[in-house]
This record gives sequence, structure tokens and C-alpha cells, in this order.
Amino acid sequence: MRRARDPFFWGLFSAGGMLTALLLPALFLVAAITAPMGWFGMTGYEEWVALASHPVTRGGLLVVAFLAFFHAAHRFRYTLYDGLQLYHLDALISIVTYGVAAALTVLAAALLILVV
Amino acid sequence: MKSQARIPTGRISDPGYPQASNPEYTRHHPRWYRRHMPIFWWLRKFAYTKFILRELTSQPVMYATLFLLGKVWVLSRGPEAYEIFVQWLSHPAFLAFHALVLVGLLFHTVTWLNLTPKALVLRVAGRKVPGWAIVGAHYGAWLGLSGVILWILAGR
Amino acid sequence: MPDTVKLEVFRYRPEGEGEPLYETFEVPYRDEWMVLDALNQIKDHQDGTLSYRWACRMGVCGSCGMTVNGEPVLTCATYLEPFLPGPIRVEPLHGFPVIRDLVGDLEDFVGKLQRVKPWIIREEERSPSEGEYLQTPEEMDAYKRYSMCINCMLCYAACPIYELEPGFIGPAAIALAQRYNLDSRDEGARERHEVLAEHEGVWSCTFVGECSIVCPKDVDPAGAIQRYKVDATLDFFRSLVTPGRSP
Repeated sequence: MRRARDPFFWGLFSAGGMLTALLLPALFLVAAITAPMGWFGMTGYEEWVALASHPVTRGGLLVVAFLAFFHAAHRFRYTLYDGLQLYHLDALISIVTYGVAAALTVLAAALLILVV
Repeated sequence: MKSQARIPTGRISDPGYPQASNPEYTRHHPRWYRRHMPIFWWLRKFAYTKFILRELTSQPVMYATLFLLGKVWVLSRGPEAYEIFVQWLSHPAFLAFHALVLVGLLFHTVTWLNLTPKALVLRVAGRKVPGWAIVGAHYGAWLGLSGVILWILAGR
Repeated sequence: MPDTVKLEVFRYRPEGEGEPLYETFEVPYRDEWMVLDALNQIKDHQDGTLSYRWACRMGVCGSCGMTVNGEPVLTCATYLEPFLPGPIRVEPLHGFPVIRDLVGDLEDFVGKLQRVKPWIIREEERSPSEGEYLQTPEEMDAYKRYSMCINCMLCYAACPIYELEPGFIGPAAIALAQRYNLDSRDEGARERHEVLAEHEGVWSCTFVGECSIVCPKDVDPAGAIQRYKVDATLDFFRSLVTPGRSP
């Protein structure tokens, strides 16, 4: 079990790192900058709702969110651990970082599955 | 010609070293000097600073993901809510902040893709695929996927 | 071109003042001199008590590694010229307890190296009369890069994680473990996994990547470690979907 922890979280970290590296810049650029500014095509509310309520979008976003949260949690855990030399707090840092990632994943699932 | 300058930090070694438990061995043994990592060790070298900045891209990644989910939530609240959301987002302060987040995301992408050949060793037809080909393929995938996203979301 | 150059040398004399200090020496400057030549000039002509390690003077023995102006280098392979006009600061390698002056204590590494069993392990040894273990050039190519390690410890000195977490098994030891894991004649990967799969094995590494940059033999320990993480992770997730396999 102890042996399983590192490869498990590292697997999520690297899958999330790859997925976010490939997808997030373009997604964020459109969703947060060009669309609100009214640049380029899709800027209207109706179009965005149609896209955001599509099952493929929702399923894809859930996968991205799950892996991105665990990617960020793992990285941030090591940043705190090595960057601030908090070795004695490793157990606490792990519980908080992975715990936040898990809680946010549950919230994301609730949002993407339940909220229409 | 000699001149001397004292070093302010440093401490004589502690008895925690394994061999210190053997008095016969340590009696004539010199005392170790151990340097300690300062808390801001990542400022010591440019490469370390770059490393810590790379690690801190976890925060833009976190923010961007929460933002996308937040946008879905706002969309579910109706057109008026979305209108207010859009007004907030086009405020210069928000735009500047989001540009900064985007820089962080791009830094994550570039550093991540550049390191792929270290972790991936591929053989095609018995020959090792060179590192530049692995990096190139990943950049190709990134540009391709970004193109598809931009075409779907902003191209029409 | 200057006639002389100043070296600020880290001195630690436990029997003397007990605290380290920097001592400045002025040595003649020669275009073709390495930092090690300057240290030898000091030892021969200025202060015979200066302590440091060196042997081959040609970049293969791996004993003259020191920190020069903040970077871990082999002093026998580092010219004075790029550091002009000086002064040039010479310190022991980071990450190791200092015994005296520029001499670090490498016991910790030697112990870790033994733990990863850097030799060919066979389930059944073949007797010499049965002939040698054959290997194709492709099979040799799989590990050859890692076999170039000269144990100079520059990678440990460049690794902030080793300095922060002295338990970390470290770059060279993992690269040398992989040197045998990837050798077609070896059957010891499982035994080494016991050590490498510990948290203080590969998982302490956060891929700063400096170990591969400072390596004078282009061994690429960072690559060796990341490959091991990928393989261990794939094995783990495969064992989840294939019952009966242990990670």
C-alpha cells in the first residue's frame, strides 16, 4: 500500500501535466480573454450554453478537471515540501493538497452532471 | 599574498553522523562542516529559480481549470448572470490578470513538452527515436489541438 | 591577458579556527591553465596545507570535482580563462559534509551505490566453460550511456533535492542502477526495485534536471530517473487492471 502511493499520484500528476499542457492554453485563451472581449467568432450566450451543455464537453471537462486538480496538487505538495523545507509536515501537506483536489473533483462532477 | 574573510554562516558537524557512534573511530576523526540549505535556496542559481517558477505553474493550471468550471456554472445561471460575468472579465484589471495566467499556462506547456524526451524512450523499427523528434511530435500535437479548439470556439 | 589571477579558496581546518573561511591567493595566470593547475601552484609554492583531491588530471578519475564560482565542475577540465578577471571562488562540492578545505565526505554515496547493487545479477550463473554472455550492439546501446559515469559527484552537488533530503538515493546511483537494469545480461531489476521504488528512491526527485546539465560524461541521470518513474507507474497501473501481477 505504501509502495502504491507514489506511482499512483505520479501517474495522475503526469497524465494531468500532459493534458493541461496540450489543452489549457487554448481553452483559457478563448474562454477568459477573446470571448468576453468579443473578439473572433463565438461570443454569444446561446452558443456558449449549447457548447457547455453538450455531454461530450461535460465529460471531457470532467476528465480535464480531475487530472488537472491532481496534477496541481501533486506539484504544489512538492513545492511546499522542498521549496519551503517542510519535511516534518509531509503527512499534513499531502492530506490537504490531495484532499482539496479530491473535493474539487467531486464538486466538478456535481456541477457537470447535475447542473443543467 | 594572503587575505582572509570570515564566512558568517555554518556550524560544526553534529554527532548524528553514523560513525560518530563509534568513539574509537571518531576520537581522531576530524569534525565535519555541514552547510545548510537556506530557505531561499531556489534563488541561488538561475536554473533553480526557473525550476521553482516551473513548479509554481501548478497555480495557473489550478486557476484556469476552476475558471472553466466557473464559466459552465455561470452559463447555467442564465443570460443576465453571463452578461455580468462578461463585463467583469473585460475589465482591464481582470484582462491583465488573465494575461498573466496565460503566460503561466504557456510556461507550463513549454517546460513540460521540452522535457518529454527525458521520460519517453521510443524505438521505431529497432532504432531509437531522437529527442528532437519526440519534442517535435508533442509540439505538433499541441499546435494541432490548440488549432482545433480555437476553430471550434472562436473560428466560426 | 593578466599576469596573475586571484583565487578565493574555501578553507576549513577543524583543528584550527573550527569555522570555515575564504582565503585569497594570487597565482600566475596562464592561458592553458585549468583551475586545478592554479590549486597545484598554491599547494606547491604558497601553502602546502591546502587539501583537495585530484588524480588523473584528464577528466576520467572523477576526484577533482569542486564548486567554482557556484557551479560544480571537474577542476581539471575547467580553464581559468572564462573567469577572468577574477577573483575565482573555489569551494567544496555542495551537499557533502566537508572534512577539510575542499575535501568532501563521500561515504554516504558509497553506501547508496552499494544498495542499488551495481553489478550484473544472474538467477543462475553460467560457468566460464559455457562461454560468455553475448550481447548485440543494440543491446549494449540500451545502457551504454549510463555506464560512462565516473562517480565524480557533480550531479549530487547540482541536485538541490539531495541537499534538502540527504536520504535521497541520488542521480548517479539511480543512473548506475539503470545501467544494470537495462543490460540484457542482468536479471536483478526486481532486487533494485526494492531500493528505487522507495520514496527516497526515484520519487524524491522533482526533475530539476541540473544533474544532467553538469554531468561531464553526458550520462543523463535525470533521464534515467524519469524513465524509471514512467516504467514503475505503468507497471503499477497495469497491475491494477491485471490481477495477480504485483507492482
